Amino acid sequence: MSVTLTIAQAGPALAVQDLGRPGWRAQGLTKGGAADPMAIYEGAALLGQSPELAVIEMTGTGGTFVADGDIRIALTGAGMAAKIDGDVVVWNASHLLPAGAKLTIGGASSGTYGYLHVGGGIMSDVLLGARASHLSAGLGRPLAAGDGFVVGDDTGRETGLTLPRDGRFDGGVVHVVASMQTEHFTPAERLRFTQTQFSRDPRANRVGVRMDHQGGGFHAEGGLTILSEVIVPGDIQITGDGAPFVLMGECQTTGGYPRIGTVIPSDIPRVAQAAAGAPIMFKFLSLAEAITLEIRHRDAIHALRGQVKPLIRDPRQIRNLLLYQLVGGTVSAWDDPFEKDK
Amino acid sequence: MTDFPQIQTVGLSGILVRFAATMSEPANRAALSFRAAVDNAEWPEVSETSTSLVSTFLQLDLVRVPLDQMIERLTDLLATRDWYTADLPSGRTLWHIPTVYGTDLAPQLEEAADLAGVDPDEAIAQLSQARVRVLTIGFAPGQPYMGELPENWDIPRQQGLTRSVPAGALIVAIRQLIIFTNASPTGWRHVGQTAFKTFRPTSEKPFALSPGDELCFPSVTRDALEKILTSDGTGQGGADAQVLT
Repeated sequence: MSVTLTIAQAGPALAVQDLGRPGWRAQGLTKGGAADPMAIYEGAALLGQSPELAVIEMTGTGGTFVADGDIRIALTGAGMAAKIDGDVVVWNASHLLPAGAKLTIGGASSGTYGYLHVGGGIMSDVLLGARASHLSAGLGRPLAAGDGFVVGDDTGRETGLTLPRDGRFDGGVVHVVASMQTEHFTPAERLRFTQTQFSRDPRANRVGVRMDHQGGGFHAEGGLTILSEVIVPGDIQITGDGAPFVLMGECQTTGGYPRIGTVIPSDIPRVAQAAAGAPIMFKFLSLAEAITLEIRHRDAIHALRGQVKPLIRDPRQIRNLLLYQLVGGTVSAWDDPFEKDK
Repeated sequence: MTDFPQIQTVGLSGILVRFAATMSEPANRAALSFRAAVDNAEWPEVSETSTSLVSTFLQLDLVRVPLDQMIERLTDLLATRDWYTADLPSGRTLWHIPTVYGTDLAPQLEEAADLAGVDPDEAIAQLSQARVRVLTIGFAPGQPYMGELPENWDIPRQQGLTRSVPAGALIVAIRQLIIFTNASPTGWRHVGQTAFKTFRPTSEKPFALSPGDELCFPSVTRDALEKILTSDGTGQGGADAQVLT
């Protein structure tokens, strides 16, 4: 019998996401998908399942969730305060969510987008080949209290596993390659761009992230007017007032503002997750250098499963500690502990 | 810089082949025809192709695909013919979409006619007799940019934005028409209203139009459009479609 996960209480911006919906650019629809794809791979590694399965993306804050059967969950992305029936559970880890238990997920303490993964995935309706919401295109909708989703068949069993957290939640250096109009910005303007400290504008969303900074705006030579041209995620448009705008997965397919560069795919999660005010610097790379970084990033994704480790639990946080059999089974008076090695 | 076509990389996501710096019929024709040729070549490295007004984009993974090799192939393909005078791809559709011009449904017809230097009746005659092509699709899913209209329709976008024009609105600027996918603010002028849905997410064919399709917008009365709206729930808006051979 299938299990249903119900949203008892919803934060302001919950949506079903997956790795997106490629193949429709010519028809005016961008790929979309999770703002932080790395978090999708981490959740898949924690649950030992396919990264193609759909998850719930939580922007800024989570909600309250209840399932009508035991399910496995994993929590990744922006760190949020999570509890199961009042007991704190660790972020970036997998857990058992028993039938009827209340999972509460609070506000983000680091980063912007948190993810709730379930063993077997969220089986929401498939639309144009994917489950991802694409709100700017009118596909899917923000989730609300009372929404329920069937959970897919879960072939895994393990919970209580964790992955180390990387530094993508605190801003930092974002690598870019030259884009279609980079050469229309003078070398001095490009240098100033790479020497300026930016921070994510609080109005940032899944369409784009405006970068705030002190000082004058950036401008292409000769007040460049350009014809509308293809956009890829990571493109940094310089809008009319001179502010850089990093385009994200839910952007439009084409745009007419000059682009000073393109953020490389592996650094898009860093732009997406940076909390408002977190410092960001841009650094240009050659195509060859960027390819080297991307290969390293893909290798890291492949290595995630091998990095999963059992959670070491703090005994003070274990409910009903006295019910646990703490000493039995560790040493047997009869077994030869070295027999297995012989 | 002035030599076209130009080939350039787009991030690590693909390659753009640009046929001009400004919009023109031959350059748009080149982009559409070249895209069809790339699709026909079925290069396994290319996961997706698209066009904007005067360029063709090939989505491919530059991390894995050797760039030099792709540029060489594209250069060879470009050299096979004059793309600016190439035949447009076959299998395109000719659409006739019933349109109400002016009235309170499309309140900027007079203003647009004035800018185009004709009276409103002549504007309706010109717009309803024009046969335009989908130059590109973008901004919103399935939303066509169509052209080119006669030269007198090279009218600017308005300074301020209209707060919202409805889905199905036919709007005009810079010798181009757009049918709006969703209600949205715009700087283009609202001259006609259709019942045509460009994006039908739950239908078998979610995107009605393809780049290269041709369209006419015959003038109908308001009553006729109301009848279409009440009798047809498909989003076709009373449109007639025939395959161009």
